[in-house]
Amino acid sequence: MTARVGVVTFPGTSDDTDVARAVHLAGGAAIRLWHDDPALYGVNAVVLPGGSSYGDYLRSGAIARLAPVMQTIIDAAQRGLPVLGICNGFQTLCEAHLLPGALTRNEHLRFRSRDQWLRIEATATAWTNAFLPGQEVLLPIKHAAGRYVADQHTLDELEATGRVVARYIGGNPNGSQHDIAGISNAAGNVVGLMPHPEHAVEALIGPSLDGLGVFTSILKNLAGAPA
Amino acid sequence: MARVVVDVMLKPEILDSQGQAVANALLRLGVNDVSSVRVGRRVEIEFVGDSPDPQEQLDRAREIAEKLLANPVIEDFTIRLAEAGSDRTDVSA
Repeated sequence: MTARVGVVTFPGTSDDTDVARAVHLAGGAAIRLWHDDPALYGVNAVVLPGGSSYGDYLRSGAIARLAPVMQTIIDAAQRGLPVLGICNGFQTLCEAHLLPGALTRNEHLRFRSRDQWLRIEATATAWTNAFLPGQEVLLPIKHAAGRYVADQHTLDELEATGRVVARYIGGNPNGSQHDIAGISNAAGNVVGLMPHPEHAVEALIGPSLDGLGVFTSILKNLAGAPA
Repeated sequence: MARVVVDVMLKPEILDSQGQAVANALLRLGVNDVSSVRVGRRVEIEFVGDSPDPQEQLDRAREIAEKLLANPVIEDFTIRLAEAGSDRTDVSA
């Protein structure tokens, strides 16, 4: 059976169509989910795409995490549903306390939009198992608040338990602590990524096809590969 | 009618890049004796009802601040009561 990957749209989400296309290109079925509807329609995994949900009011992701669909997603994620947050979705997962830490204004205050090299550091998660350990990938970034911060205890724990999923290489674009570009929860089903894998799935418009690995990872995971 | 004022500030150990940008802009304004600028957010809340109990208002505002207005990972907040239409602080919390 084709894996059903939910793609959430909040008011202000902008990358939902690209994520749905990436899921389709990887061989899955994208099921569009609406912020105001708590039903998940039997999806096997969920992606929170990037954008500026609720105008980024208060803090990026702070309002989105209170949306009806998020209450269902938070409960399901705590029971093991694979959830990926990209950019604004990563911010929302931190605000929802599904991931530790927070994403704050870029150190240099500039919106950063460029292609960025990363190293995939953790390949045991539901969303990165198709990569090789240490694989270097090129993905677009585009954000104003991508500087990952957490207290020292949290950073130490993330490092010690292999939960830094991706790290910026060739220059840190936002001042993120430990060059962190992505992290996972302890179980590995919830991952937040600041870069955009969904924008690197086709040669015509992406800098690489590296992003496809994220979407083939979740399909592998749902097909029974170890998370 | 009283209102509750919640001031949210980045924790001292979190780099305040907005405050730094303002400090740099002040130099361009010719102000060169400023040692620090920090930028925060002020939220004003009014509850329904004619004369809600002040302590209850503060308690509820604290709960709101903890859950939504501030992110405890990166921000601190203070709350106080103020008369509507006035910036004068009547009760500190």
